[in-house]
Amino acid sequence: MISQLTKGERQLALFISIAVAFLGLAMAGAGFGNPLGFHGFIVLLFALGVTFLVLSGYFAAEPSPERLKQYYDDPIKVGVILSLVWGVIGMFMGVWVAALLAWPEMTFDAAWASFGRLRPVHTTGVIFGFGGNALIATSFHVMQRTSRARMPDQFSPWFVLLGYNLFCLLAVTGYFIGVTQSKEYAEPEWYADIWLVVVWVTYLVLYLRTLARRQEPHIYVANWYYLAFILVVAMLHIVNNLAMPISLTAAKSYSAFSGVQDAMTQWWYGHNAVAFFLTAGFLGMMYYYLPKRAERPIFSYRLSIVSFWGITFLYMWAGSHHLHYTALPHWVQTLGMTFSVMLLVPSWASAANALLTLNGAWHKVRDDATLRFMMVAAVFYGISTFEGSFLAIRPVNSLSHYTDWTVGHVHAGALGWVALITFGAIYTLAPILWKRQRMYSPALVEVHFWLALAGTLVYVFAMWNSGIIQGLMWRTYNESGTLTYSFIDSLVAMHPYYIARTIGGLLFLAGIVVGSYNIWMTIRRAPGLEASETRQDEPVTAGAAPSSVSAGE
Amino acid sequence: MFGLHYNLERRSIGLAVAIIIVASIGGLVEIAPLFTIDETVEEDPDMRVYTPLELAGRNIYISEGCYACHSQMVRTLRDEVERYGPYSLAVESQYDHPMLWGSKRTGPDLARVGGKYSDAWHVAHLEDPRDVVPESVMPSYAWLSRNELEREDLDKHLSAMRKVGVPYSDAMIENAPEDAYGQANPDSSRAEGVAERYGDDTNIRSFDGDPERVTEMDALVAYLQILGRLTDAAQDQPALDESELVEEE
Repeated sequence: MISQLTKGERQLALFISIAVAFLGLAMAGAGFGNPLGFHGFIVLLFALGVTFLVLSGYFAAEPSPERLKQYYDDPIKVGVILSLVWGVIGMFMGVWVAALLAWPEMTFDAAWASFGRLRPVHTTGVIFGFGGNALIATSFHVMQRTSRARMPDQFSPWFVLLGYNLFCLLAVTGYFIGVTQSKEYAEPEWYADIWLVVVWVTYLVLYLRTLARRQEPHIYVANWYYLAFILVVAMLHIVNNLAMPISLTAAKSYSAFSGVQDAMTQWWYGHNAVAFFLTAGFLGMMYYYLPKRAERPIFSYRLSIVSFWGITFLYMWAGSHHLHYTALPHWVQTLGMTFSVMLLVPSWASAANALLTLNGAWHKVRDDATLRFMMVAAVFYGISTFEGSFLAIRPVNSLSHYTDWTVGHVHAGALGWVALITFGAIYTLAPILWKRQRMYSPALVEVHFWLALAGTLVYVFAMWNSGIIQGLMWRTYNESGTLTYSFIDSLVAMHPYYIARTIGGLLFLAGIVVGSYNIWMTIRRAPGLEASETRQDEPVTAGAAPSSVSAGE
Repeated sequence: MFGLHYNLERRSIGLAVAIIIVASIGGLVEIAPLFTIDETVEEDPDMRVYTPLELAGRNIYISEGCYACHSQMVRTLRDEVERYGPYSLAVESQYDHPMLWGSKRTGPDLARVGGKYSDAWHVAHLEDPRDVVPESVMPSYAWLSRNELEREDLDKHLSAMRKVGVPYSDAMIENAPEDAYGQANPDSSRAEGVAERYGDDTNIRSFDGDPERVTEMDALVAYLQILGRLTDAAQDQPALDESELVEEE
């Protein structure tokens, strides 16, 4: 892989990794005895690892100019594998924390193993590790194919991918030792946040540079979504993480905002992380891989436009529905509720667009588990966006908020939509990337599909039940006008559902383990493509005429 | 309209700028006014800041991820006010950087837990929750009693808090490590300074029952005992007026 980099790129890679190693050394020294120092060592080790990797191929011959006639797929391959590795880790942690709620003694008197520290390991591992790597990898693939252009250089995609994973590593290792700023889904501390900004700007520049080289006159719809994902996540991340560190040699910082303003900023971030990380990015994935796999054009171009701008505009208002009946001013709550309800229109436009694209290809959905993953994902997207609008209505929210119903809703989206569309995309992508005729075992894709679907359903139904029961118990009055149940009564009632949830999670985890094995065997064993068959998958070289506007390939 | 879009999707920078503009509007309308409209946070001259020991306890609460299971926000719903106490006011979290309103109640709300139980109850509960509440699913936090509280850099904590807008005085910042010791050691000479700087109502006692050492347990219990007690605004509010509460069916 290193031998594919030009001499200049190898020098740059070496320079940057040594510079990062020194940064790690400085952090380790300055923050000695503090979590910052521990993270310094992690940065140092990570950078040294990359340095040795670069050195291993440093003296190889200059790559042939022939490479410029092909798409640059090496970082995509690594991204797909990293995504699966994080997926297995993150989902395993999910099962663990689910089990902790049913059997709380499993912490064996160790601080790092308590629920509060493991829970962000699960959320970050799945959202940023599994989801983020999948988004980066597929976006590299989609932007090159739909632009019919190779990425402009071979250094920046590696910087984005590895730099991003360093961020995830800092985040996750931090939680184990108690480093968190407690803002949900934005838990990493100030230095990790600054690092992510550097990585993310490189990502944006890389994306724009590739688009600038495109041989297609139009930017394909999937790229609008990926672009919105990159831009808005940057915006959210920077604003929500504004904080004052206690010193440059310590991990701890204090948020720039307090109380009401902090709550609003946090849920503006939190809800739009759902919108632009977990929705827009994965819609980008859907808008490319679903039509590709179904071999049908997107049902409606105009619907895509309405849906895209609807989501970009309306979502940003909806965050305050997380703060109904709180000390947040009433007018902001009302705006949040109103826009959340309106949001159903563009959301369902996308879900419908996806499902209608399958018209004429339903026999493929029946036979092909990969396409079925994406079809079911679109259905779950529709279900969870409906549920989201519903839960944002104030009286409904008064029942559902703070209960497991919210957890169920999140997982209908995370398992049913985000993970299933990702599996569909990865199964479509893997044979293309590794130049195979097909997956190693289509039967195992089928097994994965049913495990994933069963796991999702068990999980979501368990949480719907427990959440609604919980909410109702909290507000039940007896005849004399006093509250019927104590809080602990409601907790006891949750026990069977917490066990069911653990089982649902286990099924889902088993699915991704099967899937990872299948991907691994595809790389190693599946029958390869003939040279003539791979030739279609090449960028248009300069001067050649661009083809269709719809730009599937 | 679709013609306009036909042109827009041919220009990557134009598309990027359009996305930023369209996505900025909602946040600008909802967030920016919160910083300027006076009614967002009530004025309360009696609102006091966290002592260094309480702030250290708050930081333990944060790093243990307690916020994942406990909210600190009593909503304006009848059953919540009856179960937990007067509903939360904006001013009560005025000095909370960050806020800990929470999003899930696997355990009960803690906004009004201060003073509700004895220190000894909290210590026993944190050491092993199932000793006092057999059905609890909370992890045990026994190590808090074993760990000495790190106090040396508390002045830096207070000073960072002042930079983001909390009115700590120079004397508070200067004496922060001493005050943290004094608050957990009522018999020591350093205890007087705490009452002087933070008010006579400040809880000054050995929270974990062991005056010899200042532990993380002292800090966390000190924090839990001040929740909902930084100001009496919520207790005094005319708000117990039933009409403001939302009745459910």
